[in-house]
Amino acid sequence: MNSPLTPPDAPTGSSWEELVTVALLGTERRTPSGTAPGREAPGALLDAAAVQTVRRRAGLRPGRAAARPEPAAADARPALPRPAARRLAMLLADRPGTGSGGRRGTAPDLMELLPQWLALANQRGFAAPPELLPALLDAARGRTDLRPAALAFAGPRALWLARLNPDWRFALRATPGGGATLPGAEEPERARQLWQEGLFAERVALLAAIRAHDPAAARELLATTWATERAEDRLMFLDSLRTGLCAADEPFLEQALADRSRNVRATAAELLSALPGSALAGRMADRAGSCVSVDHTGGTPTIAVEAPHACDAGMERDGMVAKAPAGRGERSWWLGQLVEAAPLSTWSRRLGGRTPEEIVALPVTDDWQGELHAAWCRAAVRQRDPSWSRALLGSPSVPEAGGPGAVSLAERAKLLGTLGSAERAEWVAGFIAVHGLSEAFQLLGVCAVPWAGALGRAVVDALNIARDAGSYPWSFSGVMGLAERCLDPSEAGRLDALTAIPDEPENASPGAGGYWAESFQRLVGTLRLRAAMQLELGGAPMGVVGSGS
Amino acid sequence: MTQQGVRWTADQVLALAPDSASRKAGSKLGAAGPWSEAGSSDEGTVWGLCRGSGSKPYQTVIDLTDSTGPAYKCSCPSRKFPCKHALGLLLLWAGESGTGSSVPRGQAPDWAEQWIKGRRQRAEEKRTTSGASGAPAGDPEAARRRAERRAERITAGAAELEQRLTDLLRGGLAAAEQAGYGLWEETAARMVDAQAPGLAARVRELGAIPSSGPGWPVRLLEECALLHLLVQGWLRRERLPEGLVATVRSRIGLPASADGPAARDRWLVLAQYDTADSRLTTRRIWLHGAESGRTVQLLSYGAAGRAPELSLPVGLALDAEVSAYPGAGRLRVALGEQFTPPSPVTLRPPGVSVAQATAQYGEALRDDPWLDSHPVTLARVIPTPDAGSWQLADADSELALPLTPAAQSRSGLWRLVALSGGAPVRVFGECGHRGFTPLTAWPEEAGEAVPLC
Repeated sequence: MNSPLTPPDAPTGSSWEELVTVALLGTERRTPSGTAPGREAPGALLDAAAVQTVRRRAGLRPGRAAARPEPAAADARPALPRPAARRLAMLLADRPGTGSGGRRGTAPDLMELLPQWLALANQRGFAAPPELLPALLDAARGRTDLRPAALAFAGPRALWLARLNPDWRFALRATPGGGATLPGAEEPERARQLWQEGLFAERVALLAAIRAHDPAAARELLATTWATERAEDRLMFLDSLRTGLCAADEPFLEQALADRSRNVRATAAELLSALPGSALAGRMADRAGSCVSVDHTGGTPTIAVEAPHACDAGMERDGMVAKAPAGRGERSWWLGQLVEAAPLSTWSRRLGGRTPEEIVALPVTDDWQGELHAAWCRAAVRQRDPSWSRALLGSPSVPEAGGPGAVSLAERAKLLGTLGSAERAEWVAGFIAVHGLSEAFQLLGVCAVPWAGALGRAVVDALNIARDAGSYPWSFSGVMGLAERCLDPSEAGRLDALTAIPDEPENASPGAGGYWAESFQRLVGTLRLRAAMQLELGGAPMGVVGSGS
Repeated sequence: MTQQGVRWTADQVLALAPDSASRKAGSKLGAAGPWSEAGSSDEGTVWGLCRGSGSKPYQTVIDLTDSTGPAYKCSCPSRKFPCKHALGLLLLWAGESGTGSSVPRGQAPDWAEQWIKGRRQRAEEKRTTSGASGAPAGDPEAARRRAERRAERITAGAAELEQRLTDLLRGGLAAAEQAGYGLWEETAARMVDAQAPGLAARVRELGAIPSSGPGWPVRLLEECALLHLLVQGWLRRERLPEGLVATVRSRIGLPASADGPAARDRWLVLAQYDTADSRLTTRRIWLHGAESGRTVQLLSYGAAGRAPELSLPVGLALDAEVSAYPGAGRLRVALGEQFTPPSPVTLRPPGVSVAQATAQYGEALRDDPWLDSHPVTLARVIPTPDAGSWQLADADSELALPLTPAAQSRSGLWRLVALSGGAPVRVFGECGHRGFTPLTAWPEEAGEAVPLC
């Protein structure tokens, strides 16, 4: 301790120190001053020490205060309503690892509700109760996915705490500059100085912040030091231009196509190809267009593909990778890259004025269909083109939509991401109604939370069908868990009937009915809890809270 | 009447849990899902049916009016007390403001009403019988002889201990470092035989000092000297003033009864914390009298692994009588009759400066020189880091109290630091020669008490 309690000054010099010395050595070897040696010496020593001990303790005085910590920045947000604060304390008390594991029982997983609670609290703009910050930071420390929302909710005092406790350093890393406010556009001098002298993380944060509200200013700032940046830094900085990408960025990106680093060139090309009006997009459109055409010779119009024969220097400069990965043909590899980078709008013109649906429906010669459609999928995701996404997704109820068709589930999930949330939910609901839940997990993950009415009903109906089919509920534990978090709490009433233990049909797995009832009880319990959470946070039962992705 | 109507906070409910597993299990049941036909009455009864794994739901009733903390009854087979159903039901009840809730006000169903009636009747009978037979049962002459025999054994044990201390000081404390723990354990066992558990506990602690890090000779000499002082106090008890004799007797470990005059007050629960060894869980509850300004302590014991029965969550206040145990200082009391059930209040204890806190500890030593710490509320202090450790710096002067080494490593420290955020807070805790142990804190502006232990 640096500032111990100070005992009073001894009246007779160093008598306490002397007593300690004598006690250490023993009265056989040393006698305290003022006492006779011999049999009585230890008693006399103890008497004197007792007096000194009580005297020293009774006379203790506070020490000098160290430099006080700088007070934490004020949090202007309104305080959390008390019931909501209690709920948060309860959610945080349910730490992972404290449970028995294994069977999940009928009680809700409180920790799983924490992300939703945080999103809702952030949306309502409440301040975190300070005394809960340590538990919140500990939770965020263990779960990186929680960190952004947890730190946003925790506010300035969490950063203040993180500077005092090394366990919470991650909060400072996640918020570069340690919470010091980044200079805004109104302070160009400060911004310029930080850009030139700041640490890498601070500079990335600064660039992102400026880019978010003034894309041109960010690009100009980056251009001032571009030539002197290291290759890996250039890559990160270039990547931050993804936000607010616009036609005005083209000259800068076009110049980056000549960069020394291949990764920088590839990123620049990717960004340019997402700008349909860019010169690069035009060049790619020309190249891709010459490979794909409609062939009318065989009666029904068919797409004929003539994959490129070479990857020339110009194509490489535009971001194409010449060397195919092991196991892939060079020419199909090149074709895929060309089609992916070409603006989707060119296809309608080149393929006889057809709509995306019509183009996707055309047969393709020589087994090129898989390659071509996959490249269009990647292009639709990159260019965020809903009409092409819709065409490539097709109708959810066609038989092959459930199987391993040309478009994989992962790609479908990405395509769905380009659609509006209502359309997304409708498509997935249609998919589940026809194909059941076994393939639906990934698709449900991209749907907005809470699930739209039709989607929620489709999931519940499918779970009900699965139960009646006699399988065990843990085959559906992934979807069950999602439903607990994503189903609209107002559905709880409709689920009540499912929580009873049904009569066991002949062909059912033994005991499955009981486990299903348990699962549905947990589902209903969790939904009720979520409804209560929303009410406590002062919301009408559930507005749309972020998306589940 | 609204006192009964005020519901507890979840923290206060969770403080009743016997262990962390129950706390977790109870939290999960604190949602409307599994509950049906739940309700509460203005008299402080909460009931409900909880659907469990069986076909028949469990019947759970809680009576909140008892002075020794809530009483529980649940038809589940759990041996935990309170069980998770009782905790869950209380949480459900605590989380709501009253109207349109899943625990509405209402008339208790028969099964709950029967239990409550039976309970209150028994409690009433107990009170009247214990009130009637004021004098202790048994033969007073025999009791006196028993007390005399015990005093003789203690005297013999004390003399043996004194010899042991004398030998130690003759050979030097440096030798004690090599002697190790076993010797002290043996002496402690002898003190248990001598029926002096207070001496035994102190002796056992001596054994741990040589391995307690730098400065151990000072601490060992201090504790040896205080033990010597206690032994001498016992041997010469006839010559001591009355209050000090009572202190010596309680420090030696002789039982006493709380026969001080009953003091009625509104008692605010300042802190509640448990310490456990292999045999016993000890619960300490600090209370502050709103009118008298006294700070007193309740002790409650439970067998190892079980929570002590008395439970008073921090932030509640109750109108009750307490009576002091004998001994100078008179901080330990027993809870007597209770006139209202514990209910949440916004009351806070008044605070003092850092300098006054150490002065109060010094004064308390006058009555009890063996006192390790003294309860005190610091008015405005800022938790301040100081080269790897923490102190509570007075907001209005240049003085500071260090935290005890034990308090530095507890999670409560960070709750305190977070609550403060560099601004002054009010802190209740124990101030002693090792430093300050914070137990409860209040923010400068309005806000609930935050337990730190």
